[in-house]
Amino acid sequence: MIDHLLIGLTRFLVGGHPEWVGSAPEDRQRIYFANHASHLDTVLLWAALPPRLRRVTHPVAAADYWGRTRLRRAVATGVLNAVQVDRTGGTDPRQRAAAVEGALAAGHSLVIFPEGTRGPGPEPAPFKSGLFHLSQQFPDAELIPVWLSNPARAFPRGAYLPVPISCRVRFGAALDRRAGEGKDDFLTRARNAVVELSR
Amino acid sequence: MNVDPVMLRLFGGLVALLTVASITGRLLAARAVTEGARATVDNLNARVRAWWLMVAIFAAAFALGRGVTLALFALTSFYCLREFLSLTETRAADHRALAVAFYLFLPLQYLLIWYDWQSLFSIAIPVYAFLALPVLAVLKGETEDFLGRTARVQWALMLCVYCVSHAPALLLLRIPGYEGRSLFLLFFLVFTVQASDVLQYVFGKLFGRRPVAPKVSPSKTWAGLVGGGLAATLAGGGLWFITPFTFPQALGMAGAIVVAGFCGGLVLSAIKRSMGAKDWGAMISGHGGALDRMDSVSFAAPLFFHLTNYFFAA
Repeated sequence: MIDHLLIGLTRFLVGGHPEWVGSAPEDRQRIYFANHASHLDTVLLWAALPPRLRRVTHPVAAADYWGRTRLRRAVATGVLNAVQVDRTGGTDPRQRAAAVEGALAAGHSLVIFPEGTRGPGPEPAPFKSGLFHLSQQFPDAELIPVWLSNPARAFPRGAYLPVPISCRVRFGAALDRRAGEGKDDFLTRARNAVVELSR
Repeated sequence: MNVDPVMLRLFGGLVALLTVASITGRLLAARAVTEGARATVDNLNARVRAWWLMVAIFAAAFALGRGVTLALFALTSFYCLREFLSLTETRAADHRALAVAFYLFLPLQYLLIWYDWQSLFSIAIPVYAFLALPVLAVLKGETEDFLGRTARVQWALMLCVYCVSHAPALLLLRIPGYEGRSLFLLFFLVFTVQASDVLQYVFGKLFGRRPVAPKVSPSKTWAGLVGGGLAATLAGGGLWFITPFTFPQALGMAGAIVVAGFCGGLVLSAIKRSMGAKDWGAMISGHGGALDRMDSVSFAAPLFFHLTNYFFAA
């Protein structure tokens, strides 16, 4: 019920219909990774997935935003199916990773924003290493780049309300894994795959 | 819900027209052999299908009365404004101005029609929004491209909300001897504008060669403008019996609507192209976005409103 409401509201205000350009919405384990510029991103990407994939896909959400009020917490866990992580460094990093890995170990899919925080400009910031480690630990999960256009215009940092500006969610082709590729090369390649989708 | 028998006959006429269009589309689809012809016919059929839907929505709104009709136009303004601003460059510093445009001025404009407050309806956006929105933006302290940004938001609001709202604002007009029938004026306006779009398209496809403004809109040809425009003027004039006008007056009004509508299509085409887009959106299959359908209305509605108000209203 609330999920339909949230999806309806998202479509009405910012659209966000999915465009699958290099991959299709299939039932298999995936790690979706996207650029991050707005708090709208999580909802937008979640709403772009078909319902059956939504049920087994967990966005990784920052606890300092999504855990702050009771409403946000309820939406994050009850509706978005999110795994919350603490970015502030209060907890042990290994403990932080556990929740995320738990979801993948259970065979579910993940949505992550490898920039770690909402970037300032239109181009995504350099990716943090989490994506690399997950890709090594779960070699069977497909790595799907996703480009989100416009959410920062619809709902910029520091704004109270999103305004109606159409956003797009574009899913690209799965990133291949190259044997022996180092962390930095991999992260650059992953970031390029996202940037490439914006063109 | 009481449905006027005349209105019922008008929509019956539209259904007949669309039925003919659908059958013609089928026949053409069977005959189209070349790739280009097939693409044209597919687009034509997509347009006809969308027309069915639009006529159905319009009929429902008319049958359900003034409130629903206003809500329908408010929603149309909303989608047009969303399309316009999505294509325009806006910055984080414009956010508050955008929020106020969307959440305050858009609903306000239609509420003023609902409450019959014509004087404020005429100045809310050109005076108050015009002065208030740049103030909201300037408080953010971002001066780069300030005039351009302010102008884009104001233009968007003027076209998509202020101008479009003049169509349902026809319901405000008090015309002696025409009480309670102002929905027909709205029908006359929308029918003439859309007939003009369709007929210009058809005449252009059949006979068009020389474009009026090749750089702005290659599909608008002289043959389309003159042939389609005259045909639409006649079609509109033929509806004189539902208006407060005599037949020659109705012809004049339809002519004014056709010319204004053409200018609207041309100007919005230029704006669209200046932003590097071909369509405003992809909401209506075959037609592009909502603003692709409303571009002519946005210019024709204020002109028709004021002509009628000046010459006919009490």
